[in-house]
Amino acid sequence: MGTTTATHSGEINYINEFKGLKSWFTSLDHKRIGLMYMISVMFFFLLGGLAALLLRLELLKPGGQFLTPDQYNQVLTYHGAIMVFMVIIPGIPAVLGNFFLPLHIGAKDVAFPRLNLASWYVFMFGALLAASTMFTSKIDTGWTFYTPYSIKTGTAVVTMVLAAFIMGMSSILTGLNFIVTVHKLRAPGMTMHRMPLFVWALYSTAILQVLATPVLGITLLLLVAERTLGVGIFDPALGGDPVLFQHFFWFYSHPAVYIMILPAMGVVSELITTFSKKTIFGYTAIAYSSLGIAGVSFFVWGHHMFVSGQSEIAGIVFSFITMLVGVPTAIKMFNWLATLYKGSISFQSPMLYAMGFMFLFAIGGVTGIMLAVLATDVHFHDTYFVVAHFHYVMVGGTLMALMGGFYYWFPKMFGKMYNESLARLTFIFIFVGFNVTFFPQFILGAMGMPRRYFDYIPAYQSLNAISTVGSWLIGTGFLLSLYVLVQGLRKGEKAPANPWGSKTLEWTVPSPPIHTNFEVDPIVKAGPYEYK
Amino acid sequence: MSTNNHASTSGHHFAHHFRDANHEFESAKQGIWLFMVTEILMFGGLFVAYTIFHNIYPEMFAEGAKQLDWRMGFFNTLVLIMSSLTMALGIYYLQVGQSKKAVRSLAITLVCGAIFMVVKYFEYTAKIHHGFLPGRFLDVHHVNPEHANLGLYFGFYFCMTGLHGIHVLLGMGLITWVMIRAMKGEFGPDYYTPVEGVGIFWHIVDLIWIFLFPLLYLVG
Amino acid sequence: MFWLNLAHAESLMPTAATDVAAQVDNLYKFLLISSFISCAILIGGMIFFAMKYKRKTDNDKTAYITHNTFLEFLWSFIPLVIFLGVFGWGWHIYHQMRHMPENGLEIHVTGKQWAWEVQYKSGVKTANLVVVPIDTDVKLILNSMDVIHSFYVPSFRIKQDAVPGRYTALTFNANKLGDFHIFCTEYCGTQHSGMIGTLKVVSKEDYDKWLEEESKVSTLPLAQRGEKLFQVKACAGCHSASDMSVKVGPTLYKKFGAEEELNDGQKLKVDENYVRDSILNPNTHIVKGFQANVMPSFQGQLSEVELSALIEYIKTLK
Repeated sequence: MGTTTATHSGEINYINEFKGLKSWFTSLDHKRIGLMYMISVMFFFLLGGLAALLLRLELLKPGGQFLTPDQYNQVLTYHGAIMVFMVIIPGIPAVLGNFFLPLHIGAKDVAFPRLNLASWYVFMFGALLAASTMFTSKIDTGWTFYTPYSIKTGTAVVTMVLAAFIMGMSSILTGLNFIVTVHKLRAPGMTMHRMPLFVWALYSTAILQVLATPVLGITLLLLVAERTLGVGIFDPALGGDPVLFQHFFWFYSHPAVYIMILPAMGVVSELITTFSKKTIFGYTAIAYSSLGIAGVSFFVWGHHMFVSGQSEIAGIVFSFITMLVGVPTAIKMFNWLATLYKGSISFQSPMLYAMGFMFLFAIGGVTGIMLAVLATDVHFHDTYFVVAHFHYVMVGGTLMALMGGFYYWFPKMFGKMYNESLARLTFIFIFVGFNVTFFPQFILGAMGMPRRYFDYIPAYQSLNAISTVGSWLIGTGFLLSLYVLVQGLRKGEKAPANPWGSKTLEWTVPSPPIHTNFEVDPIVKAGPYEYK
Repeated sequence: MSTNNHASTSGHHFAHHFRDANHEFESAKQGIWLFMVTEILMFGGLFVAYTIFHNIYPEMFAEGAKQLDWRMGFFNTLVLIMSSLTMALGIYYLQVGQSKKAVRSLAITLVCGAIFMVVKYFEYTAKIHHGFLPGRFLDVHHVNPEHANLGLYFGFYFCMTGLHGIHVLLGMGLITWVMIRAMKGEFGPDYYTPVEGVGIFWHIVDLIWIFLFPLLYLVG
Repeated sequence: MFWLNLAHAESLMPTAATDVAAQVDNLYKFLLISSFISCAILIGGMIFFAMKYKRKTDNDKTAYITHNTFLEFLWSFIPLVIFLGVFGWGWHIYHQMRHMPENGLEIHVTGKQWAWEVQYKSGVKTANLVVVPIDTDVKLILNSMDVIHSFYVPSFRIKQDAVPGRYTALTFNANKLGDFHIFCTEYCGTQHSGMIGTLKVVSKEDYDKWLEEESKVSTLPLAQRGEKLFQVKACAGCHSASDMSVKVGPTLYKKFGAEEELNDGQKLKVDENYVRDSILNPNTHIVKGFQANVMPSFQGQLSEVELSALIEYIKTLK
């Protein structure tokens, strides 16, 4: 398939070794599959981002602006579903993870390359199926598909839910692939405790993907059965229990929150050591706190349901266990902070994103504690406080890390450098815009403004207006990033093998790497962060 | 795209990123077991829902179970246990290099799967004919149930056995695939990974049935 | 002191109108201050280190520190103690919120798309309006007719889902007179954000007076009873009665006696039976430009007298 050609410089790499579209769509190379995921995720991010801008524009003033309430609810559902299922969940693992996991552990590929390509096709099939509902009867349930609303509404719930099921399958296959890769394909000398922390984070994520996603799968299938066969499990009229859906749904979706954030934490660990030129502080603690968070996350789902009518005892137990998730998270934050101590810190754009992550994640974290405390959660539950909190964690956390990781690994992925000052500018726009958009939402939530509101009382106007202006800044930042990407690809200078002075394995091979990653199979003799 | 296959001494090619054929076999097996974990967790969700509602409406479940013929369920259980045995035999014959016998064992497994599905088909048509349909489709006038929400039981019955049935069909498809490859002589003592994988899948599908049978047919 | 003042959350939180709300605010203030301190340590520390250890040359020497067990113990243990402390505090207040009074004033509240129906024991019914006496234990018994709703009064810091097929409950004891917002906080469809009600706290005398006046409704003339029902049954949420504006459903202003064009092109005169059909079987006649399956059926929810009252009321809309 494809012919082997050399470039002007005579170097052969994974991009130019095979030519033509077909060589991409049938590629088993984890790096190429990672790039294919990248393009798909970017496309859906653009779609979800547009939906977000529409929502914010509608909320600029009280009363209807240009959307009807039904249209608003649909845009809101697409924003949530696209961002969760098609952007943030696959974002770091399927793009950066796919590309760098094998390079990180000195492997030539993931354990099952064919399965890896299949996951991409499955993902695309699910994502396009989900997007297709935009052209049919649309969907207005919110991304959580709560019953009995999702049973009663006349929109395309079945198609959307099946699409989510299919994307879940893709997520399971990726996770499974990563677990086996980590277990079986480490280079000689690459012990578990010599793996980069990004790999540890992906490994913990993969475990969550494999253990939690099947439960989402069966929940979604039951919802489909409910709508098509009228089974009655979630329908009170037939003796069922609508709240059971919430239990099942959050049993997956809370661990899913960590599927979204753990890889981001892994990226940040890499960025902070590299740009401080210093070994990570508390390697073991960070590695095992990832596993710890993954483990505890299976027992906290009930904190989404403090006011759903579950018993007081259940509320207390879930609140208590939720507090325990705070500890490993705090450990990570302090370890990153300690890594900076006596380092040699450079403010390249990836590091700016990593520091932006720490800033926003700190705020997301402490507000998470406020939501885990029973009495305050009763007030904040389903208000804009929650919206602000999870955007601080998911966007401020995951997306910041994704951008940081992207700028960090860009030279390795494409063999070119991007425009550094423009890249810093994107950070400023996104970081400032983010805070302007979401900080007012904490206050709105404390004032009592419920989420998923098409209209609001006049008292909430000024803060909503500020929030809308912020969304334009974020939009500008991401458009600028797209420009940086394109410009870097077209006109960027050639990247050296190791532009940042990193110590992990991927930087020992040329940029971009060759098809089989390593000319000579590496033999690992030390840990990943030996800045002595 | 080529994956620069290496040739092992026995003639089987293993992918370039593995050290040797055994490394590949072990990795594949681990992957298959992980996949089985997800299968079990998925059915686990159904079992949890079943347990919750069985606790709330034990008598209704007993009424529903009375409508099922335990003899058909029992027969199907025997058929599946038999098929598990022949599946295991098939792998054994491949390991010792008796390809013909292996193909025969796989064929018997396939036939067992088909018998299971035929029995299931008769059970389903009888239930549908008598109006024992899930949830709101339960033919209340015809069935005249003691418990108004009997439809919930049949909701579980059709969801659980339906999802299991889909797995049996998938398994039969996979067995056909490995059988054809075995007939072509692609497997031998040093390469039978796909058959091993399909076998594990088939055993898990059987195992799930062994849980479904008492829960649905013998409860109450 | 400045930060302490800032943490005085009154400006950020709505008026606290119950004792429990004041307790929640105290906990919230503590959380705000401790969060601020933690963020100051983390973010401030990060900025401080970043400035202090800024890269000077490409060959900077850095310290080689792998871990420090004592420090790591400290920053695991201290957060744990704080977390468990606020957990206990939150539990304590939550327990009071969930403690249902024995002899409280019980009011039934039913959520439906998209209004709150309120019924008092004396039979008085209102929509989107809960009137309660001050300094009295009140217990709301919540239920839903269709999908899940959530009853939220920001000023009381309480919230509870209303779930179809079961009862849930909320309790409060208001200590301030005034009107407070009721929001629906569980997404319930088109008019979710319009499901706003008022919780009116009045003096005990005013409460008795109000209850008595409301009880007299059954002696009112039919059209006036209809007007009342039009509000109580939340017809007003979707149908305008005073002008031609279109809400979720068609307007009823100047409708009676006029001719209506339906979706299938058929034209019908709006008479008593047309209105009756439209209330009891809303999907029989769908007005041109509107969707079927939006309006719920009121079959079994209105008595014959109530139906007549509504029709009489609609006749008066001119």
